[in-house]
Amino acid sequence: METEFTPLLSLLGGGLIGTSAVLLMATHGRIAGISGILSRMLPPSTKDQSLPQSLIFIIGLLLAAPIWIVFNGQAPLQTVSNNLPLLALAGVLVGFGSVLSNGCTSGHGVCGISRLSGRSIVATLTFMSTSFIAVLLLRHVFGS
Amino acid sequence: MANPAKVQNFLDLFGTWDPSLALVMGGAIAVTMPGFWLVTRRSKPFFNDVFHLPTRTDFDARLITGAAIFGVGWGLGGFCPGPAMTALPLAAEGTLIFVATMLTGMAASKYVLQQRDSRV
Repeated sequence: METEFTPLLSLLGGGLIGTSAVLLMATHGRIAGISGILSRMLPPSTKDQSLPQSLIFIIGLLLAAPIWIVFNGQAPLQTVSNNLPLLALAGVLVGFGSVLSNGCTSGHGVCGISRLSGRSIVATLTFMSTSFIAVLLLRHVFGS
Repeated sequence: MANPAKVQNFLDLFGTWDPSLALVMGGAIAVTMPGFWLVTRRSKPFFNDVFHLPTRTDFDARLITGAAIFGVGWGLGGFCPGPAMTALPLAAEGTLIFVATMLTGMAASKYVLQQRDSRV
């Protein structure tokens, strides 16, 4: 299904994501990588003292949509597939893969590229490539 | 980005392509790159003793394999971890399932890595 091209809103949203990353670096000296922040809170536990900040950061993410609803009076536009087995599989792959490669779109894609990290640039090129292929297969080869 | 259809349309070059996501990425990096440079010139963060910056520069199989697996999941679901958490309160059935299995996948990956590290 088609979605409208939203250049200004997307640029603004990206800018806010960047602002969040810079703030976290300035205050706590941490990379705003969501997979890292989430996985640090999960078992098996590791010695890490950043648990309270992680929790507060995640609460912030969870509050964004409710705050949007308060100001706009309606939920943000969203189309989530109702193919639940597919989403279950996608979730496992996203979770397993991001922890294995130490980062996702935020940690590698935004923060890593901004630091000109070679590892993050390679990781981003890799997940961009496989995600293009996954959508190509999903939509054009197997059709959905 | 909390709308998986927009993410998948960005990745769908041969279909209903929507370039918006490139601008999200561009906007984020345009702020983060100069911002990181500026704040890491200080000797330490405001509420911490050190900057926790990754120091590795090698390309190992774990990095490539993990990123490849992550990309397949991102393409199939249209969600990555941050936007999935943002979309969670909207409580679409697919989002709830995705977040549950994503957290399970993260814990499983941590477990596997811990087992591997304890063997060497």
